[in-house]
Amino acid sequence: MMKQELRLSGSGGQGLILAGIILAEAALYDGKNVVQSQSYGPEARGGASKAEVIISDKIINYPKVDKCDILLSLTQKACEKYINSLRPGGVLILDESVTEKPNREDIKIFSIPILDTAVNQLGKPMVANIVALGSIYELTKVVSKESLEKAVLSRVPRGTEELNKRALSEGFKLIENHKDSVYGEVC
Amino acid sequence: MPSQLVEKYYRTESLPHIWCPGCGNGIVTRAIVKAIDNIGLNQNDVCIVSGIGCSSRASGYLDFNTIHTTHGRALAFATGIKFANPKLHVIVITGDGDCAAIGGNHLIHAARRNIDITTIVFNNNIYGMTGGQYSPTTPTGDKGTTAPYGNIDANFDLCDLAKAAGATYVSRATVYGTNMIIKQVEEGIKNRGFSFIETLTTCPTYYGRKNKKGDAVEMMMNLRDITINKAAYEKLSEEKREGKIIIGELYRGKRPEYTNEYNKIMESF
Amino acid sequence: MPEKTVKLMQGNEACVEGAIAAGMMFYAGYPITPSTEIAELSAAKLPRIGGKFIQMEDEIASISAIIGASLTGKKSMTATSGPGFSLKQEGIGYAIISEVPCVIVNVQRGGPSTGLPTSPAQGDIMQARWGTHGEHSIITLYPSTVREIYDTTIRAFNLAEKYRTPVILLMDEVIGHMREKIEIPEENQMEIYNRKKPASNPEDYVPYKVKEDNIVPEMANFGEGYRFHVTGLIHSETGFPTNNNKIAAELITRLVNKIEDNADDIVEYEEYKLEDANEIIITYGATARSAKSAIDLLREEGRKIGMFRPITIWPVAQKQIENLAKIVNRVSVIEMNLGQYFLEIDRIAGKYTKVDKYGRVDGELITPEEIISFIKGRRG
Repeated sequence: MMKQELRLSGSGGQGLILAGIILAEAALYDGKNVVQSQSYGPEARGGASKAEVIISDKIINYPKVDKCDILLSLTQKACEKYINSLRPGGVLILDESVTEKPNREDIKIFSIPILDTAVNQLGKPMVANIVALGSIYELTKVVSKESLEKAVLSRVPRGTEELNKRALSEGFKLIENHKDSVYGEVC
Repeated sequence: MPSQLVEKYYRTESLPHIWCPGCGNGIVTRAIVKAIDNIGLNQNDVCIVSGIGCSSRASGYLDFNTIHTTHGRALAFATGIKFANPKLHVIVITGDGDCAAIGGNHLIHAARRNIDITTIVFNNNIYGMTGGQYSPTTPTGDKGTTAPYGNIDANFDLCDLAKAAGATYVSRATVYGTNMIIKQVEEGIKNRGFSFIETLTTCPTYYGRKNKKGDAVEMMMNLRDITINKAAYEKLSEEKREGKIIIGELYRGKRPEYTNEYNKIMESF
Repeated sequence: MPEKTVKLMQGNEACVEGAIAAGMMFYAGYPITPSTEIAELSAAKLPRIGGKFIQMEDEIASISAIIGASLTGKKSMTATSGPGFSLKQEGIGYAIISEVPCVIVNVQRGGPSTGLPTSPAQGDIMQARWGTHGEHSIITLYPSTVREIYDTTIRAFNLAEKYRTPVILLMDEVIGHMREKIEIPEENQMEIYNRKKPASNPEDYVPYKVKEDNIVPEMANFGEGYRFHVTGLIHSETGFPTNNNKIAAELITRLVNKIEDNADDIVEYEEYKLEDANEIIITYGATARSAKSAIDLLREEGRKIGMFRPITIWPVAQKQIENLAKIVNRVSVIEMNLGQYFLEIDRIAGKYTKVDKYGRVDGELITPEEIISFIKGRRG
């Protein structure tokens, strides 16, 4: 892996910036160079939110992501806004609630119940970001599992470690257990 | 031969001062020094902070740690000084324009924090240094060079303002009654919190002349006549209260002091 | 590498870490995007190390408070962004004339006025230089990576103390908010400069007299027995105001020259692939990161292109830029404004070579692709 560019998109309050930070920290533990950046509007909740992570073996100069290799979209709006930034051959991870799937044949699309898992399996909507990280890992192996777990535990609020560990493993399972039912091509 | 007080606390090399004949600023300045002397503070432990305007030149004449800051900001600088070194006794000298117009925001917030600073306003009801423009304490109807047809603004009661904002010692005196100023400054310094002392002073050159108030002596007499003690005021009938300004200690409160509260946070680790 | 010294850190966070390493013990600020993390982290860290943090009622109060605190001997900082930087100009001028060391951080965002609060810009290059009124000089630094933010913040404090002057640390939303790997240096690797205290007794102390071989007057702290006067008025060596024209001229000249005459000490820069370059880009901050990516790609195509990146924006690296201008065919100034630093570079380099500019003011970081197409598309 020379360079991987990820974009995590959704709405404000879904914890995507924290997810980006965790992913970046995991890559750092793996000994990679990494840059994490974000863009946001005036809203603290709602609105559009995205976090970007570049992971590379080389020095990273330009810190922004233009075309990405991996795109996570938790909302319909975010998917529509960023779908064209996904490189041909890239991986799109959609929350199941994104009902209008993009019409692209040059990418791999995975539709998984991230938000629903957080709400109904884990009882905490705010851990959707960690569920998403688990799924991103399982699909892309962009960071190592040990580093990801370590990064999650170092960044989540004290007292929520167990919950977040479960969230991460639910994220793994969404890919492991549901390979047949995922939308589109399975890697 | 300068008096012992002047000899000890004034930077005689920086005199003569710039104030006009009949200006009351020298009276208030001396009263502050006298209060410091009465309490017996070490000059090295006192910091005098002033803003911009006639009154604010006082800091340069006094032999303490002194700083003549920017217009309106004396309290903001003073907050930095006091907070950085709480051992210093910080005294702010400011004018009505400096304190209540351009510096009004700093006044209310310094009072809100109840930070241990003693503020003495030299209120001459006019912008003197710039030549007689109306200020936030120019009485409605009075004239200034920028109110040639009479001031239509309502004037602030600075003591009410300071009290409402959270000051824990509030008082008013006039240059007619020097002993009262001295006493109030002493009390203000002793109060561990934000103290606000309004001193009504004379500006015969601008405020007096613009408003036909007579010479300095007549202005002094007028200050004597329009002011009244709180207790005496309360005994007056409604009609007789009209136009009277209450002097004396107006308010004392008890609230946590800012640097103390911060120390508690520091000590909690 | 030991884990504790290698971290993922945000630019604004590195600024606070650097400030604390430099000895910052006082911070006063007012919340403003995109600099707020600097205040938040200072609020969390300072009380734990005996330092003071205060959120003031406004931007002017904040800079006033840090000047006051610095006079008591505490190394002091405030941080802001465009609209707040405009307000702080009053205090910057005061700190210049009264020679009070302090650091003012400006994490630039789109302007004028409220502008684009969450987007980057580099529109305050000239405001940093000329924002406060009256004749003056100013030191302005502008890092480009998270590690460099850490180092440059330390340097900002050192220069402020050494030259008894406010130092402006410019950043932009991109480098302020991005996170990247940083290796925190060991304490003994860092050079920390502290202001020179008076050698004389209080009785002999002349607060604004520059002793022979010194650059600036020795600085006593309020409360330590040296009772001196500080004013924003023109003052003599004694610190007391004067209208004397000769003294006014001498003071202003000294304040300007203490910086301009020491440009060699103050100026810091990076040269990127300049060895054989026949064309160069001059840029700074986040834009320099895009330029490096562009240069790497252009070099793959055989172009001999490099970059000169000032880390000290003011005083300008006059000598270095002049020397480069004499040997290259073209200088391109690339910045997130419509040509502010270009004016300065063109003044220096214009007599020796072609100088052109590329700018962007829509709140997006200039991309490597844009730089490449600009470089390739130039005519004449």
